[in-house]
Amino acid sequence: MWALVALPLGAGALLLMAGRRADRAAPGVALAVAVAALGLAVAAAFRHPSARAPFLDGLPVRFAVDGLSGLLAVTITAVTLAVLLFSAAEFGAGEARARFFGLMLLFAGSMLVTVTATTLPVLLMGWEVMGATSWALIGYWWRDPERTSAADTAFLTTRTADLGLYLAAGAALASGHDSALSLDGLARAEEPWLSFVAAGLVVAAFGKSAQLPFSFWLSKAMQGPSPVSALLHSATMVVAGAYLLLRTGPLLDASGWGDDVVAWTGAATALFLGLVAVAQTDLKQLLAASTCAQIGFMVLAAGAHAASGGTLQLIAHAAAKSLLFLGAGAWLTALGTQRLPALLGAARRHPAAGVAFTVAALSLAGLPPLSLWAAKDVLLAGALESSPWLYATGLAGAVLSAVYSAKVLWYLWRPAVPRPDARPIPGGAVAPLVLLAQACVALTPLAFAPLRDSVERVLGLPAGIEPSPHPWEFALSGALALLAAAVAWAWGSRQLPLPQRAKTGFRDWLGLERVAHVLLVGPTMRLARAATAFDDRVLDRAVDGSASAAVRLARWTDGVVERAFDGTVGAVAAGTRALGRWSRRPQTGQLHQYLAQAVAAFTVLAVVLVLLR
Amino acid sequence: MLTALVFAPTAVAVLLFALPRRTSPTVFRVVWVVMSAVELALVIGLWAGYDSAGGMQYEERARWIPSAGVGYHVGVDGLSLPLLALTGLLFLACAVYSLRENRRIREFAALFLFLETTCLGLFAALDLILFFVFFDLSIVAMYFVIAGWGHRQAARAALKFFLYTFIGSLALLLGFIGLYLAAEPHTFDMVELTEQNPLAGRSVYGALVLLAVVVGLAVKTPTVPFHTWLPPAHVEAPAAGSAILAGVLLKMGTYGFVRIAMPMLPEVWRRYALVLVVIGVVSVLHGALVALAQTDFKRMVAYTSVNHMGYIVLAVGAAAATADGSEQARSLAVTGAVTQMVSHGLLTGALFLLAGVLYERGRTYDMGAYSGLATVAPAFAAMTGIAAFASLGLPGFSGFIAEFQIFTGSLGPRPLATSLSVLGILLTAGLFLRALRQVFTGPLRLPDAPGTPRVFPEIRAHESAAVVPLLVLAVVLGVAPRFMLDVIEPASRSVLELLAR
Repeated sequence: MWALVALPLGAGALLLMAGRRADRAAPGVALAVAVAALGLAVAAAFRHPSARAPFLDGLPVRFAVDGLSGLLAVTITAVTLAVLLFSAAEFGAGEARARFFGLMLLFAGSMLVTVTATTLPVLLMGWEVMGATSWALIGYWWRDPERTSAADTAFLTTRTADLGLYLAAGAALASGHDSALSLDGLARAEEPWLSFVAAGLVVAAFGKSAQLPFSFWLSKAMQGPSPVSALLHSATMVVAGAYLLLRTGPLLDASGWGDDVVAWTGAATALFLGLVAVAQTDLKQLLAASTCAQIGFMVLAAGAHAASGGTLQLIAHAAAKSLLFLGAGAWLTALGTQRLPALLGAARRHPAAGVAFTVAALSLAGLPPLSLWAAKDVLLAGALESSPWLYATGLAGAVLSAVYSAKVLWYLWRPAVPRPDARPIPGGAVAPLVLLAQACVALTPLAFAPLRDSVERVLGLPAGIEPSPHPWEFALSGALALLAAAVAWAWGSRQLPLPQRAKTGFRDWLGLERVAHVLLVGPTMRLARAATAFDDRVLDRAVDGSASAAVRLARWTDGVVERAFDGTVGAVAAGTRALGRWSRRPQTGQLHQYLAQAVAAFTVLAVVLVLLR
Repeated sequence: MLTALVFAPTAVAVLLFALPRRTSPTVFRVVWVVMSAVELALVIGLWAGYDSAGGMQYEERARWIPSAGVGYHVGVDGLSLPLLALTGLLFLACAVYSLRENRRIREFAALFLFLETTCLGLFAALDLILFFVFFDLSIVAMYFVIAGWGHRQAARAALKFFLYTFIGSLALLLGFIGLYLAAEPHTFDMVELTEQNPLAGRSVYGALVLLAVVVGLAVKTPTVPFHTWLPPAHVEAPAAGSAILAGVLLKMGTYGFVRIAMPMLPEVWRRYALVLVVIGVVSVLHGALVALAQTDFKRMVAYTSVNHMGYIVLAVGAAAATADGSEQARSLAVTGAVTQMVSHGLLTGALFLLAGVLYERGRTYDMGAYSGLATVAPAFAAMTGIAAFASLGLPGFSGFIAEFQIFTGSLGPRPLATSLSVLGILLTAGLFLRALRQVFTGPLRLPDAPGTPRVFPEIRAHESAAVVPLLVLAVVLGVAPRFMLDVIEPASRSVLELLAR
C-alpha cells in the first residue's frame, strides 16, 4: 500500500531534485515507475490493502483501497503510463525532461494519495499538492508570461474552492462524532455542522472538477503541454472532484440538500459547457469545455445516487479524453496548430492517429455501442428516478456531446489541404494512441448487464439498489446521438444563425473569468491597496506622530517647564545673593557704627524681653 | 547544561574581542560557524535526552536578587524545546550565510553570538525578570545589527524598532510587576506563579495585568495595529538580521502568550479571548492584504509574517473557549500554534535569506525591476519557489501541518473567525504566485541602476548551504511531524489544563 503512493511521489521528487542532470535518464525512469505503479495498482485493486500511521493529534494517516479507489487507481496509473509513453516520444532532448517527468509523477502520485486516502486531512494533502503540481505543469514553459499567468489562474481558482475542504475538516471535528475525520464518518455529523461539511466538500469538488461557476480555469489550463492536458483532464485533477462526490454520497444524502444541488449543478454544467464546446474553434479549447461537460455527468451521477454509472463514465471518459488530448498534441507538434480550420484533413494525413482519435471521438459523442453511450444511460437512469427534468437536461447535454464530437471529426476528415511544413508523427507517439483506442473499445461491455453487475459488486453496492436503464432509454439516447451527430456532420463549418452576443458569450466560456475578475479579483486588489494606505497613512503615521509628539513634548518641557524650574532656582539664588548683599551692609569696619548697632540691638532685645514677660 | 548552552555564545563573543586586531577575518567566521554548530549540537543533545512526558526538565536554579523575589531559574519543556532548536538552527544558518560578510566581521559575529544567548535564554527562562532581561537585551542587540549593517535608512528604522518594542517591553514589565504584587509570597518565579494563579477572582486587577502583558507581547509578535515597526526594520536590516528578527525574535511574543499569559492568567484570558480572536483575524487578513499590495519583495515577506503570526493569535484565542468539551480541537489549536512558530521561523528565515541573495545581486528589492531570473539562476528560482509554496501552506511542508491544525482546531469554537481567516491562505497564495511570476518567469530582465553589475550569478554554495537545511527540515516536518508533535502535544495539553482552572 505504501509503495503505491510513495513510489511515484518519491521518484518524482528525486527527478526534480536531480534537475537537468537527470534529463537523459528521466523518461526511462518515469516509465519504469509508471509500469511498477500500474502493477501495484492492479494488485491493490484485487487485494484491498490498507495502511495507517500516526500523524496529527488523534488524526492518523490512513490509506486503503476499496472497490472505487481500486478502479480509480488502476485508471490513473494506466492513463499515466500511456501519457508518459507519448511524452517520452514527444519531448526532445532540449526540454527540461527531468522537471517534466518528475512533475508528472508527483501529479499522478498525489492523485493516488487523493483516491486512496480514507481520512479528510490526507485527502486534502493529496488534493492540494495535486493543485500545486498542476500549476507547475501548466506553467511548464515558464518563459511565456501568458502560460504562467494561466497557471496562476488555475491554481488560485482551485485553491479558492479548496478552502471548503479546510472548513469541512474543522466542522467535521467540531461535530465531534468522528475524531479521526474518516470519510465514511462524515455523514454522521449533526446539524448545523453537517451542512457545513457538505457545503465545504461540494464547493471544493466543484472547483477541482471545473463545474459551474469555476469552469474557466480549465480553459486557461490548456496553456500547458498537451500531455499535461491529457493527464489532467482524464484520470487526475478534474475527476478528483467527481471522485470525492461519489465517495461521500451518504453525506450528500444526509444533508438533505446536497444531492439536489450536486445533481443540478452537474446537469447545468453538462448542458452549458456543452454549448461552450460547440462554440469553440480551437481543438484543445473544445476538448477542455467537453471535459467540463462530461465531468458534469459524473457529478450529476453522484447527486442522483447512480454511483456505478458515474464510475463507468469516469473510467470510459478517462480513456477517451486522454487519447483525444494526446492526438491534439500530436497534431500540434506535427502541424503547428490547434485551430480547427487549420486542421482540415489532419486525420487523412496521419491515418493511424486519425483512426485512433476517431474511436475516442465517437465514444465521446455517445454513439452506440461505445462505452460512454451506455455509461450515460446508466447514470441518467438514476436522474430519471429523481426528476424527469434532470433526465431531460442530461439528455440534452448528451446530444451536445454528439454535436461537438461530430464537428471535430468533420474538420479532421475533410480532404487535406497541402501543408509542405507538416512533419510526421513519431511512431512512439502513435503507439499509446492505439493502446488507448483499444481501451475505449474494450471498456464497452462494462456498461452492460453481466459486467455492470460485477462493477456494482466491486463498488460494494448492494444488487438492485441502483436503477438500471430500460431498453427504451438506451434506444432513445443512441438514436438522439446518431441523429445529432449526423446533423452536425451535414452542417459542417457553416455559421449557426444565432445572435452574435450569444456566440461570443459561449466562445468566451460564458465570460466566467471576467465575472470572477470583476467580482473578486478587482475588489480584493482595491481592498489590498486601501489596507496599505491605511497602514501607511494612518497606523504608521500615528506611530511616527506619537514619536514626534514625544519629541515636541520634550522640547516644550525643555523650553517652558525647564525654564520655569531653572528660573525658580535662579530666583532663589538671586534672592540669596541679595540677602547676602544686605547682610554685608552693616559690616562697615567702623567701631562707632558697630557700637550704635549694638545699642540698637540691645534696645530691641530689651523691648522684646519686657513685652514677653 | 542549560546555563552553559545559554551563555556559551556570549563567552565566545567576548573571546573574539580578546583576539588581536590583526587576526584574519576567516578566523572570526570560522569561530562563529563552529560555535553556532556546537550550540545546535547541544540543543539536539537536549532533545535526545528529553522525556516528552516528563514536564519541565533540565531545571537549574540560583539565587540572584532574593530580596525582590527574583531568581535565576531556567528549564525546558515541550513549548520551549522546539523553539530552542529553531533558534540553534537559524543562528547556524545565518552564520553560514554570512561567510562572505566583510564589513566589521568581528563585531558582527560577536553581536550575533550575543543575540543567540538572549534568544536561547528567553526561551529557557522560568523567571519573569530573567525573561524580561533577555527580552530587552535581544532588542538592544538587534538594534545594533540593523543600525550597523543595514541598508540606507537603517538608522531610522532601527531607532523605530528599538523604541517601539522597548515601549512594549515596558508594558510587559508593568504586567509582570502586577503579577508579582498579587502573588503571595511575592515572587517572579514563573512556575510558582503558574501554580498560584494569583489573580483568580480579581477581575479588574486581572484585566489590567492581562492588558499590559498582551500589549507588550503584541508589539513584539507583532499583531495589527502594533506592527508598523516591522516592515521598515526588515527592509533595512541585513539578510541575516532579518532572518533572526522574523525567525526568532517574533516568536518571543507568541511564546509569551502560551508561556505566561495563558497559564498565569487563565480566568481573564478566557474572559477576553474573543478580543484576541478578533486581533488574530484582523492580523491575518490585514497582513495578507497589505502584503498583496507590495511591490518590494522583502516588505511583502515582512507583511506575510504579520499574517502568519495572526494564525497563532487566532489559535490561542480560540483555544480558550471551554464550551462543549472539544478537548481534541483545542489541543490541536495550541499544538498548531506552537508548530506554526517553528514552521514560520524556518520558512521566513529561508525567505529572508533568499531576499538577501536577490538584493546582493541586483541591489534592489523592487520586484518590478526583475524578470525571468529562472533563466540565469535556476537553483535560486527553485529554492525561492519551494520556500514560497511552503509559506503559502502547501501540504508536504511544515506550514500546512501548522495551519491545518490551527484551522481545524479553531473552527469549532470560533466558526466565523476561522472561516474568515482561511481566506488568508488564499491571499498568500495569490501574492506569492504573483511574486514568483514577476521575478522568475518571463523574459530575462535585470535592474539597471547605475553601479549595479548586469550579471546575476547563481546562488553560491554557502548561501544554499544556509537555505537548503531550512527547507529540508520544513519538508521533514511536513511529511513526518510526529517527532516534534510528540514533544509539543503533552505541553499544549498541560497549558489547556492550566487554562481551564
